[in-house]
Amino acid sequence: MAATTLDIALWRGDAAGGAFQRYRVPAAQRQTVLDVVTWVQRHVDSGLSYRFACRVGMCGTCAMTVNGKPRWTCRTLVDAAAKDGRLEIAPLANLPVVKDLACDMTAFFDKWRRAEGRFRPAPGLGGDFAVVPPESAARRQAEAGIECIGCAVCYSACDVAAWNSDYLGPAALNRAWTLHNDVRDGAGAARLKAVAGDAGCHSCHSHQSCREHCPKHLNPTASIAGLKRATAWAALKGEI
Amino acid sequence: MRAETGLWIAQRASAAVLALCVLVHLLTIVYAVQGGLTAAEILGRTRGSWGWAAFYGVFVLAVAVHAPIGLRAVMRETLGWRGKSLEAAVAASGLCLAVLGWRAVAGLFA
Repeated sequence: MAATTLDIALWRGDAAGGAFQRYRVPAAQRQTVLDVVTWVQRHVDSGLSYRFACRVGMCGTCAMTVNGKPRWTCRTLVDAAAKDGRLEIAPLANLPVVKDLACDMTAFFDKWRRAEGRFRPAPGLGGDFAVVPPESAARRQAEAGIECIGCAVCYSACDVAAWNSDYLGPAALNRAWTLHNDVRDGAGAARLKAVAGDAGCHSCHSHQSCREHCPKHLNPTASIAGLKRATAWAALKGEI
Repeated sequence: MRAETGLWIAQRASAAVLALCVLVHLLTIVYAVQGGLTAAEILGRTRGSWGWAAFYGVFVLAVAVHAPIGLRAVMRETLGWRGKSLEAAVAASGLCLAVLGWRAVAGLFA
């Protein structure tokens, strides 16, 4: 028989430190981890801080560490994540904690900027609709990584990000790779220079934790490998 | 060329050379052991052989390029060691591997 209550440990604290606190939460069918956290905030402690928005796996806001693994909590069923009715929920790793389960995402998104992770229109673009053949090699490469929702699960799972706080990380590099393969984009060598720096794509050890944990089943490791190849050719041609 | 990209290319290229060299080296060891060659007999084949000297010379070069780049990454990630002192230390380790390795190659050849 399924447990009627869940044994939940929530990390409570701030940047200075904290500890897990235990709660008993009623179990329900098809209950998500986010449902559990929300129940605690609404019924036990309104001071609990966490972050969510869409609740349908689109916004990338609600990621937390659940039983040691980074997950999107709105789409993670308790049944899939709990061990013997127990859940340990902590903020994402590799990011500073603001309070309780909410992380400061500033560094994460700053790295998207450092990796030239924004679209820079190629000269002359805009005269007419750009035609991008869906079957073209570049478009397929972009397609493979374009559904990133910026949840930082990959960043939290990344060993290199844990070892080197300057590392751009899987999400920013994946974004750079999709833009590199966007034929409408004109950043070219400037973006390759941005990702080939001291803590860029060459720091990746291909552990593939990002791929393992990505809730959208993307493969940032493959994107980073693409950037390694692209930067290598650009370097050999003297472009960067 | 950006330094990190250059080091990445050097490490991947040296890895490709090492893969071939290690395979040939292992096959050579198996051949020597199975054939019951003595040290004197081995030296008899390597002394004056430009082929073996070139092979092991390249092997040593690939090691001297590959290992320090990997060591550099390990030092940066596990110890947080960065900057010119690290670059000097890994360059010295590469030089050390090259000198010791080529000295051994010279011993086989001369």
